[in-house]
Amino acid sequence: MFVIIRRDLLIAARRKSEVLTALFFFVIVTSLFPLGIGPEPTLLKKIAPGILWVAALLATMLGLTRMFAPDHADGTLEQMALAPTPFGLLVAGKVVAHWLVSGLPLVLLAPVLGIQFGLDAGALGIMMIALLLGTPLLSLIGAIGAALTLGVRGGGVLLSLLVLPLYVPALIFGAGAVEAHLSGLDVTGHLSLLAAMLALAVFFAPWATTAALRIALE
Amino acid sequence: MLTATGLACVRGERRLFSGIDLAVAPGEWLHLQGENGAGKTSLLRILVGLTPAAEGDVCWKGESIRRLDEDYRRDMVYLGHHGAIKEDLTALENLQLGAGLDGVELAEKDALASLWCMGLKGREELPVRVLSQGQKRRVLLARLLAKKAVLWVLDEPFTALDVKAVAMLSDLIGEHLASGGMAVLTSHQAMPIAGGKALQL
Amino acid sequence: MNNRIIHWFKYASPQSFYPLAGKMIPWFWATAAIFGAIGLWISFFVAPTDAQQGEGYRIIFIHVPASWMSMFIYCIMAGWAGIGLALNTRLSGMMAQSLAPTGALMAFLSLWTGAFWGKPMWGAWWVWDARLTSELILFFLYIGFIALQAAIDDPRRADKAGAILALVGVVNVPIIYFSVKWWNTLHQGSTINMTKAPSMATTMLWGMLLMALCFWMYSIAVALSRVRAIILERERHTEWIKGVLN
Repeated sequence: MFVIIRRDLLIAARRKSEVLTALFFFVIVTSLFPLGIGPEPTLLKKIAPGILWVAALLATMLGLTRMFAPDHADGTLEQMALAPTPFGLLVAGKVVAHWLVSGLPLVLLAPVLGIQFGLDAGALGIMMIALLLGTPLLSLIGAIGAALTLGVRGGGVLLSLLVLPLYVPALIFGAGAVEAHLSGLDVTGHLSLLAAMLALAVFFAPWATTAALRIALE
Repeated sequence: MLTATGLACVRGERRLFSGIDLAVAPGEWLHLQGENGAGKTSLLRILVGLTPAAEGDVCWKGESIRRLDEDYRRDMVYLGHHGAIKEDLTALENLQLGAGLDGVELAEKDALASLWCMGLKGREELPVRVLSQGQKRRVLLARLLAKKAVLWVLDEPFTALDVKAVAMLSDLIGEHLASGGMAVLTSHQAMPIAGGKALQL
Repeated sequence: MNNRIIHWFKYASPQSFYPLAGKMIPWFWATAAIFGAIGLWISFFVAPTDAQQGEGYRIIFIHVPASWMSMFIYCIMAGWAGIGLALNTRLSGMMAQSLAPTGALMAFLSLWTGAFWGKPMWGAWWVWDARLTSELILFFLYIGFIALQAAIDDPRRADKAGAILALVGVVNVPIIYFSVKWWNTLHQGSTINMTKAPSMATTMLWGMLLMALCFWMYSIAVALSRVRAIILERERHTEWIKGVLN
């Protein structure tokens, strides 16, 4: 599994532009909202969690097609399926690598962007924790969608259609955690639900993704 | 000992072939022949386990490959149409990471030896993207040397290779068979390697 | 008795199921019509005027059965898809494919009638509470399922991919069902429980149950018609279909 992670990270390092594009997308989208809605501080502070989360969602979705399509195109996905190591383990490795390249930078960037919305340190901290729990969840669920739509017509748009309904619970609880903090309410409920969803996804998503990949390779 | 009985393949709504039986013993190789679209690649993929057969079963050393799973994959190497190498990595990295996926540790000198055997001396550290088509195929074939597999399943292995490389690969296959290995190949060329059987689709 | 059991498996092939479905369809339409007639009569004429909501509440007799059916059909569809995936049968995948549009219709009906009910009663067409949101997600899951199957050319691959999607989404159904209990938001609490006695007038309850049965029979009739069409399309190269069509 670590071999795959190392391999994907090496490739990502050689193709920095793809990775950075998604990150810049995240930055630009979050910056568009104050420009479109108006600079009133209280309003911005209220909508900040939602905006950051939606932007994170969209940025993750941009990178989902990159997860399996290149490997499928050059035949390395087949070799992974034929390797003696369990396919599920290799797929899990790919998801981890995807998260390290697409999700973790979002977690680190979010506080910087949160400042421009006027979020205080406590809210930023909750935001980071929520994103830390949420972005792996997005990668795991997105992997299922990417595997199902591998090589299918209308790939990117179809992928969004499949994956966004499944993302909604993560969005609700992730943004909800920060909003709860801003209203002075308890955040542990939201965060623990997010953690529970992550735990469920860690167990089931790789299995579903592997099944979908095998179907795509048939 | 690779055997298959009653294999049938359905692609979409067409039945490509049915009732295919074959057997390959150590030291033998099977030449799959047929026109374009006859189903040669599909048959190879069924033998390897990527595509489930519509009917029939494939057995390795007497046991169904579906049950053997990892043990079968450890003994077998498949080189398909696509060059299964990452273009962004160097030839050396491709070999070593490929070996890592197989669960073995490939020392750098062994990887280099395989690459030199394939005539790629001096090009090991270049990203594969800049190599020519023929050289990319050679990197792929270097994997045959690196992975000690008993069964070689090769789909059109001679494409894009020059005359010297074709001869080298033929020798390679010959040595592999001589040491008790097995091979299943598709190729449009006739191959003068001893111990061959033909199957027409 | 033994003979009867063995004979059931014969219907697992599209070839034998086709005529069986053809014979069953009129019966389901008939029962749907009967249940529907009685149910509508009860909902409009027999059930009393609600103390708080007046006459407008009667849309509940469409809304609640539609919601139940949307969840029920999804579970059945996921079940058929799962069987198709596990046992590699063609007919199961076809059944899942035929159920999807009806399920989507039920979900849409539930959302639409809910909006029409909500506006006069609570002053809002739409509110982002837990139950409405998860029903909307269910609708999108249906649409995603249909879109995925439409985009994949190979029918067997479409069946299997759709099955995985349906099974992943099935976790949404308990969320919808229990959402009114877990989160106290706008949508009114559930009035019909498995364990406690319902807290509404018996006539209303009967009205809803009969309409639910009507929708159920309708769904089966429509799904069977649709599966016959799917069988015709997928098996059009086989000999027996050519016999049927001539």
